[in-house]
Amino acid sequence: MKKAMAILFSVLFAFSFASCAKSDETADVEYFSDEQKQYYASLGLQGTTVNVYNWGEYISDGSEGSMDVVAEFERLTGARVNYTNYESNENMYSKLSGGGVSYDVIVPSDYMIERLVSEGMLLELDFENIPNYKYIVDDAKGLYYDKDNKYSVCYNVGTTVLIYNTMLVREEPDSWDILWDEDYKDLVLMFNNSRDSFAIAQALLGQDFNTTNPDDWKEAAKLLAKQKEAVSPRYVMDEVFDLMESGEYALAAYYAGDYELMVENNPNLAFCFPKEGVNYFYDALCIPKCTQNKKGAEAFINFMQEPEVALANAEYIYYASPNSEVIANDDYSLKGSEAVYPSVKPNSQYFRNLDEKILGLQSELWVNIIQGREIK
Amino acid sequence: MKQNLSTKLLRQPYIVWSVLFILAPLAMVCYYAFTDKSGAFSLNSISQIPSYLSVFGKSILYGAVATVICFFLSYPFAYALSKAKLSAQKTMVMLVMLPMWMNFLIRTYSWMTILGRSGLLNKFLSLFGVESIKFLGTPGAVILGMVYNFLPYMILPIYSVLSKLDNSLIEAAKDLGCNRLQVFKRVVFPLSLPGILSGVTMVFVPCVSTFYITQKLGNGQIMLIGDIIEMQFQQANNYNLGAALSLVLMVLILICIGVMNRFGSSEENGGALYI
Amino acid sequence: MKSKTSPLSKLYMALIFLFLYAPIAVIIVFSFNASTSTYIFTEFSTKWYVEFFNDSYAMRALRNTFVLAIVNCVISTVFGTVSSVGIFKMKNKWMKSAVMSVTNIPMMNPEIVTGISMMLLFVFVGTLLKMNDVLGFTTLLIAHVTFSLPYVILSVIPKLNQLDPHIYEAAVDLGCKPHRAFRKVILPEISSGIITGAIMSFTLSLDDFIISYFTSGPSFQTLPIYIFSMTKKRVKPDMFALSAIIFVTILVLLILVNVAESRAEKKELSRRGDAK
Repeated sequence: MKKAMAILFSVLFAFSFASCAKSDETADVEYFSDEQKQYYASLGLQGTTVNVYNWGEYISDGSEGSMDVVAEFERLTGARVNYTNYESNENMYSKLSGGGVSYDVIVPSDYMIERLVSEGMLLELDFENIPNYKYIVDDAKGLYYDKDNKYSVCYNVGTTVLIYNTMLVREEPDSWDILWDEDYKDLVLMFNNSRDSFAIAQALLGQDFNTTNPDDWKEAAKLLAKQKEAVSPRYVMDEVFDLMESGEYALAAYYAGDYELMVENNPNLAFCFPKEGVNYFYDALCIPKCTQNKKGAEAFINFMQEPEVALANAEYIYYASPNSEVIANDDYSLKGSEAVYPSVKPNSQYFRNLDEKILGLQSELWVNIIQGREIK
Repeated sequence: MKQNLSTKLLRQPYIVWSVLFILAPLAMVCYYAFTDKSGAFSLNSISQIPSYLSVFGKSILYGAVATVICFFLSYPFAYALSKAKLSAQKTMVMLVMLPMWMNFLIRTYSWMTILGRSGLLNKFLSLFGVESIKFLGTPGAVILGMVYNFLPYMILPIYSVLSKLDNSLIEAAKDLGCNRLQVFKRVVFPLSLPGILSGVTMVFVPCVSTFYITQKLGNGQIMLIGDIIEMQFQQANNYNLGAALSLVLMVLILICIGVMNRFGSSEENGGALYI
Repeated sequence: MKSKTSPLSKLYMALIFLFLYAPIAVIIVFSFNASTSTYIFTEFSTKWYVEFFNDSYAMRALRNTFVLAIVNCVISTVFGTVSSVGIFKMKNKWMKSAVMSVTNIPMMNPEIVTGISMMLLFVFVGTLLKMNDVLGFTTLLIAHVTFSLPYVILSVIPKLNQLDPHIYEAAVDLGCKPHRAFRKVILPEISSGIITGAIMSFTLSLDDFIISYFTSGPSFQTLPIYIFSMTKKRVKPDMFALSAIIFVTILVLLILVNVAESRAEKKELSRRGDAK
């Protein structure tokens, strides 16, 4: 047995080291002009390390022939990138506020940026080092979370949408209230994420998504409880892809860019922006206070807005890019997508940072909704 | 004296380790449970516990059911395993654990593919004219997920104890006129109790605080205490309530294990666990 | 020892294995799916295997995961076994039960609580030591050893309880030095407990997400963190391909080892037969 274990472990070792042998390969395609290459080579980042902390699956990573953005950045600058992931703003925040780590680039969402700024956890950017900021469209500048354009460079923009299967939903919905329709019992998918689900109920009630009135939240919770009773929705996150693509469910609330991904696998899907309003969100590149390589971080942020890179990312992520060069590019596959780039801006609201009391109330109400308890 | 020194050397590092990495974090949990956001002493979090009592009860019930099912599935398996050919035993022990080397998330996805409304099991059943059955979103699916994920942790300790059972005792019992059932009841079972207690602990304890399985296999409609604690940290940003809930959870689990041990150690050998 | 497995128990074992391996079979099948769906099988394709080998982050994460799991397995098995013996030999009953209760704590704390409290502890120690980047491989390893130890201890202690104390005393009486007596007499008796403990600690470490998330730093990401972070978007089937590769590799290894061992056993038997 000892021998067996020894063999097993040694092979595992070999296996795990063999697996990393093929990681430094450079791309066969040259994406960049000599000018760009010179610029990045002249930054003096050779030998430094940039710690990038991003959402999972939120960068073009070289799969299916796309650009490996991180590898390209390493190649052009000579810096080394430690690229790690998180799956929620809150997890990222816990890690960052805990301390003991230094990240150079993070990608929080709007309301989280607001919070990080208010807690003094972000550094002001030096836009001299981010010349590509000129590509950012005006719509994505001076927004409520960073009014004076000091801390962030917008990375992606998106909305929530109502997705439906035209084989199962006869009428063309234009309102969130179809998610309460008993005809679709057991056919509805909701967010398994209290804030996004509450926003739908709040839109129906005509409330502000960021209301500080506890009674508003309770009213919204009652509406969600009613929905649970009436249609017994399944609360999902990423399962939504499989369940909508397979045609098993008729209706879902999810993000606009992801609708485009789903419709590629199931052409029977359609979407609408419900008239009561959707949530508009921004994810932006920021530099936290704990950075140890601010120049490298700024170079990375700048690199992310190079037209070629921004295009590769936009093609990979499927959310709306704020980069004017991408939007103007005729080869961009999402050009003209009504879901991602709506020609008429839908009725929408932003998420602001909620205070602790409201957050606590919201999660307490959410527990009660799921447990099927009466909302008082 | 020399004996004493070596024993000390054996356990001292562990005691130091436990104080550093088990008790210190535990103290931190206590600190959070009894303070508020500003760090001042407060019973606010603890006072919210009563509204979650039913969830605690439900979690313990789910954990207990999963543990009992695990036990009844595992014991015969471990027994048969201990009687198998010696060389096969080693391989099979590995085979029991091997599925758990696949990523937990991906395994759970796989169960969703099997149990879904248009999933594999329903497709298979429809061949026999059975109408689509709702598996996901039921307590059964959640318990199945728990049983699946923790079954090896019940099989292995029981097997480990059974594999070295003193055969002469069984022979002796037989010689004294015990039939097979009596041999099992009077000899084999009591002797395997330490392994059972270890297995039950290793299944019950993580089951009660599990979180991901319930959300995914329960269609997001079933919420156990693990999910709620998770939510306090990840959505509500309320470390204090999260810590208070997990402190209470810990006390409840300790009580459950204590009861189990009292019950288990009525026999001579039940010394595996102490509370 | 003669095999005494009846057909009925063979059938039962097969059923349990079916239960354990059904999801694995599904994973393997869907790793060959042409579309991104992990729910509806459309067409056969090997593209996800190609994708996976091009995914340098996944490759790095895979290596990290295995390195961590192996180091953790070795440390926690040795440490856990030694500690078990120490605990077992404790005379003071009260003390013994206190230590065992403490041992259970890492198991019953919800992972997120263990993860965050360990992170805060490490950061606290880090600020004391004036270290900026305290979170990294070492902290990750400490966390893993901490949550693996109870499983090793709970596997070894029952075997120690089973032990006949007189064997050890006899060995010492016959002139064995204590540590030699331990190695020659006790270790073989408790080996099955040690092995199950080792397997469990390896498995736990391989699969842990939450605790790893909070105790790791920017330079060391493990595969579970990588996979969980995908859930904002979608877990791609190349992760299924990865699982299939790991699974098949280990399965083949196991079979090879098993064949080799049973051959050696047969040889041994036939040699003994000849000698007679």
